[in-house]
Amino acid sequence: MVLASIIKRAPTWLVYLAGFIPAIYYIWAGVTNQLGADPIATLENALGEWALIMLIAGLSVTPLLRIFGVSLVKFRRAIGLVAFAYVVLHFTTYLWLDRQWDWGAIWGDILKRPYITIGTLAFFLLLPLALTSNNRAISKLGAHSWRKLHRLVYPAALFGAVHYALLKKTWQLEPLLYVAAVVALLTWRWVAKSKKRRQAELAVSS
Amino acid sequence: MPVYKYPMPLASEITSHSDYLNRRTFLTGIAGATGLAMTPFLGEGSAHAALKAGKSEFSTDAKPTSRQDITTYNNFYEFGTSKSDPAANAGTLTTRPWTIEVDGMVNNPGTLDIDDLLTKFPLEERIYRFRCVEAWSMVIPWVGIPLSALLNKFDVQGSAKYVAFETLVRPEEMPQQRSLFPPLEWPYVEGLRLDEAMHPLTIMAVGLYGDILPNQNGAPARLVVPWKYGFKSIKSVVKMTLTESEPPTSWNKAAAREYGFYSNVNPQVDHPRWSQATERKIGAGLFASRVDTLMLNGYADQVGSLYSGMDLKKFY
Repeated sequence: MVLASIIKRAPTWLVYLAGFIPAIYYIWAGVTNQLGADPIATLENALGEWALIMLIAGLSVTPLLRIFGVSLVKFRRAIGLVAFAYVVLHFTTYLWLDRQWDWGAIWGDILKRPYITIGTLAFFLLLPLALTSNNRAISKLGAHSWRKLHRLVYPAALFGAVHYALLKKTWQLEPLLYVAAVVALLTWRWVAKSKKRRQAELAVSS
Repeated sequence: MPVYKYPMPLASEITSHSDYLNRRTFLTGIAGATGLAMTPFLGEGSAHAALKAGKSEFSTDAKPTSRQDITTYNNFYEFGTSKSDPAANAGTLTTRPWTIEVDGMVNNPGTLDIDDLLTKFPLEERIYRFRCVEAWSMVIPWVGIPLSALLNKFDVQGSAKYVAFETLVRPEEMPQQRSLFPPLEWPYVEGLRLDEAMHPLTIMAVGLYGDILPNQNGAPARLVVPWKYGFKSIKSVVKMTLTESEPPTSWNKAAAREYGFYSNVNPQVDHPRWSQATERKIGAGLFASRVDTLMLNGYADQVGSLYSGMDLKKFY
């Protein structure tokens, strides 16, 4: 297959290169004053949205393999790390440009504003995953517990999407599409898993 | 000697209504086509000013936000929910002919024609602070008429207590009114208590930066109530109804817990999901700090007495 051989030959650094193009663009446009009337909000929203896009891309790797037989598994670590980089940039924009390191106000936000509470929670769920995204961590933890740990990406992605939907003045279509995408990807996993379990049970009983 | 009488045909006898509308479309097209080339001449302090407006003691000394930012960063959900949507999509709005119907508890119900508003009333420049419920703010040089001057023409009945306002419904020109997933229920409706509507700070704006109102800012006539969150200042008004009971308002219908009928700017009463203590000044740049939000958006001296004895946490 042509696609398979292209994927096989493509180096993973391509993911980092392509993944960071939007970040570089937005940061460059921000410093050169080209982000419109409210540059802080534009930058903050764009970085957050790209974090969600990359998280969804990462969650799509397994269904792509199972449903279409296209394996992007070798890129998954890079996709996840790029997603985390966007989360860090988004969070930093909030702490620095939006809140100006006003820890009193930030702490108040985290405690009182549900969308900021779950956004912060998503960041702390992703942090250990980024720190263990290397081969040494896998062999140290063992594949089984490493895999278990990395299931934290499921709640993290869901919190991230809900975080986006909650910050709008009213329910809006675009953030809800992100929520729908994450819910669909998680539901597919749940269905696939329970189907597998049922087949295993059938195999045992027959 | 017979006196020569100048022929005085009606404008509509010379130019048919359809030609009048076509001419406007043509002009809008030209404006669009040359838009890029024209932009440098339409900036602040341009000689383009078309409206004659007197100064007002109610204007702030603060430096107005740039015309560019005021006309490209808008919430006008009939044209889309992103800030840049109204500037991109509102070009299709036809603002002539345009009348505002005034009915309900008035002794002389009738209509106001936009061309009468522009020519038969003394226009005033009002440079007001504008605070959005989303915690950003601008300083906007409106041109308008005190709303009381308009309402008084219709002889408001003594028992009237509120004014209900309504925005145009025209799905063929307003894309979100055709949407299967509209962000709000149409028509957009707003309301004020009669004493708020009659307050000298409340205006019907017909201009911006000395020129007629751009479509994305609520052409051809919009309410401006500077001590309330921006969504109270309803755009493209087609109807005002004097009522005895509190009229429904769009954002309150969408989320009653979050948006009250009063929606006065108040740094001490937070939105349930975010703080209202500070605001981001539009146009201040990427590294600017937030500034403190003022009680009643800095108009407490003028309008504070309207709410004396009221619990503003309860009547948010």
